[in-house]
Amino acid sequence: MTTQPNAVPESPPNPREIVPASMSVTRPLYWSVRREVWENRSIYIAPLAAAAVYLFGFLIGLFWVPASMHGMMALHSTPLLIALAMPYAHASMLLMLTGFLVGIFYSLDALHGERRDRSILFWKSLPVSDLTTVLSKASIPLVILPVLVFVITVALQVAMRLLNTAVLILSGHDAAGAWTLPMFEMQVVSLYGLAVLALWHAPIYCWFLLVSGWARRAAFLWAVLPLIVIGAFELIAFRTAHFGLMMQDRVFGFAAAAFDLKDKNGVPIDAHFIPLTQLAPGRFLSNPSLWLGLIVAAAFLAAAVRLRRYQGPL
Amino acid sequence: MTVIEARGLRKAFGTTIALDSVNLRVEEGRIVGLIGPNGAGKSTALNAILGLTSYQGELRVLGRDPWTERDQLMRDVCFIADVAVLPRWMRVSQALEYMAGVHPRFDRAKAKGFLAKTDIRQPSKIRELSKGMVTQLHLALVMAIDARLLVLDEPTLGLDILYRKQFYDSLLNDYFDRSRTIVVTTHQVEDVQHVLTDLIFINHGRIVLDCGMEEFESRYLEVAVRPEQIAAARALQPIHERQVLGRSTLLFDHVDRQQLAALGEVRTPSIADLFVALMGNQAGEAQGAAR
Repeated sequence: MTTQPNAVPESPPNPREIVPASMSVTRPLYWSVRREVWENRSIYIAPLAAAAVYLFGFLIGLFWVPASMHGMMALHSTPLLIALAMPYAHASMLLMLTGFLVGIFYSLDALHGERRDRSILFWKSLPVSDLTTVLSKASIPLVILPVLVFVITVALQVAMRLLNTAVLILSGHDAAGAWTLPMFEMQVVSLYGLAVLALWHAPIYCWFLLVSGWARRAAFLWAVLPLIVIGAFELIAFRTAHFGLMMQDRVFGFAAAAFDLKDKNGVPIDAHFIPLTQLAPGRFLSNPSLWLGLIVAAAFLAAAVRLRRYQGPL
Repeated sequence: MTVIEARGLRKAFGTTIALDSVNLRVEEGRIVGLIGPNGAGKSTALNAILGLTSYQGELRVLGRDPWTERDQLMRDVCFIADVAVLPRWMRVSQALEYMAGVHPRFDRAKAKGFLAKTDIRQPSKIRELSKGMVTQLHLALVMAIDARLLVLDEPTLGLDILYRKQFYDSLLNDYFDRSRTIVVTTHQVEDVQHVLTDLIFINHGRIVLDCGMEEFESRYLEVAVRPEQIAAARALQPIHERQVLGRSTLLFDHVDRQQLAALGEVRTPSIADLFVALMGNQAGEAQGAAR
């Protein structure tokens, strides 16, 4: 029988000097975010698909819109503006809703999927900290989706306007009407709206992320059921609904917090066309509810980071 | 240089003690086999070394505390866990790109070179690869990292003999040198017998045997005893006796080779035989103690 050392190449021992492998802090974060987008293609496919379907519907609608639009020309300028803005506003709202749903489902799976398929052992074999991993996952609903939704919204609205113009010209109408819409203004409002939504909903996404890192199964139930139970308990025990109202405010309260919902004459504004003058960023940023939400979101993320350290495959 | 140093390493899950004051020292340039039955504490020990589980006692890997400095440590340590854990949705090309992105010591050209020797194509998704190919891919990724410690936890589980042989061959020929250290656990001990430089047996959370392979070969001898010599052989207090093809085969610890040669044919036992002898004795002693 041969002796063991023969199995090993007899190279002279060369004690390797410890080279400090330098790498910027942001590089693993950048690649972790890319990895998330590779894995979860719904992040861009869902909004793109929603936009494509909407554009197709808009195109079909265009064939009988010009006549009705003709009739509206005689109307007062503001309702006309709103009538013109409506399909564009709906496009933007549809994409925002798509982004919200994708963000929720993404967050619910983000820290669960890697444990379910055991790939967490591979990710943990690499020099990427739990903090970087959790931050990269949180950045999907909080940064990547809003930016993507904005870009797709702009592209969709531009495509809609071009189609609209083409159909008007081909049917012998004056296309100038389609261009009275202040598109740039609408897009600034939609960018503002997306930023507001991301900040306002941050605790929701982060809560879902935390539950996805904690639950062994049925993450959706664990994320939602306790909230319902707490609300029901409060209602039955104290006949109050503070918790329920708080939850409602967390989902829908962004509108009242970030926009002046009435114009200077006290007339309620139409959500289909919000002028720049109605944005209230100062009021939004000084809203304690926003900051409280962000602190809670940060606490959820910190808990998720800590939790991931202890977690292995399911 | 000491790569792994554990003193009084302890880990309990509820009332089950997975590691019971383990003392361990692994020097640079060794290939250490950590062998033990299921539930012996092998994986717990590896998980502690890799920073995947908390522990009591003292543990230093490359001078770091694995539990608090995992991400730093993973620049110099890489591991292949017990089953295929590569994300199944990923493409081979994405895996290469990602590794190059996050790992400062990953050499993409080297990984591509290893992959070129296999049937793995870069556009393939990992879920499309066979189990053997996934292991080949993981090995290629790991060997392209200029790491100082490689930990393998049942790396060849479920692979056929060809893939297993190839796995250890490439590890020795393309990866290992005296400045690297490998720790491997496996149940397929016959695969690693000629690969290891050191052998550690672990059972019930305790280290049962810790010796270099040279020591193993001089210390343990197995004799197929001629029937007429059997009484004389038993008088030398073998640690284990078994029947092979109707002949008694006795395993001795620290008995002179010349003396044994008079009794029958002497050879070095396989790791598996020594394992059975030591673990079997332990089980017997435990039963005896219980009575």
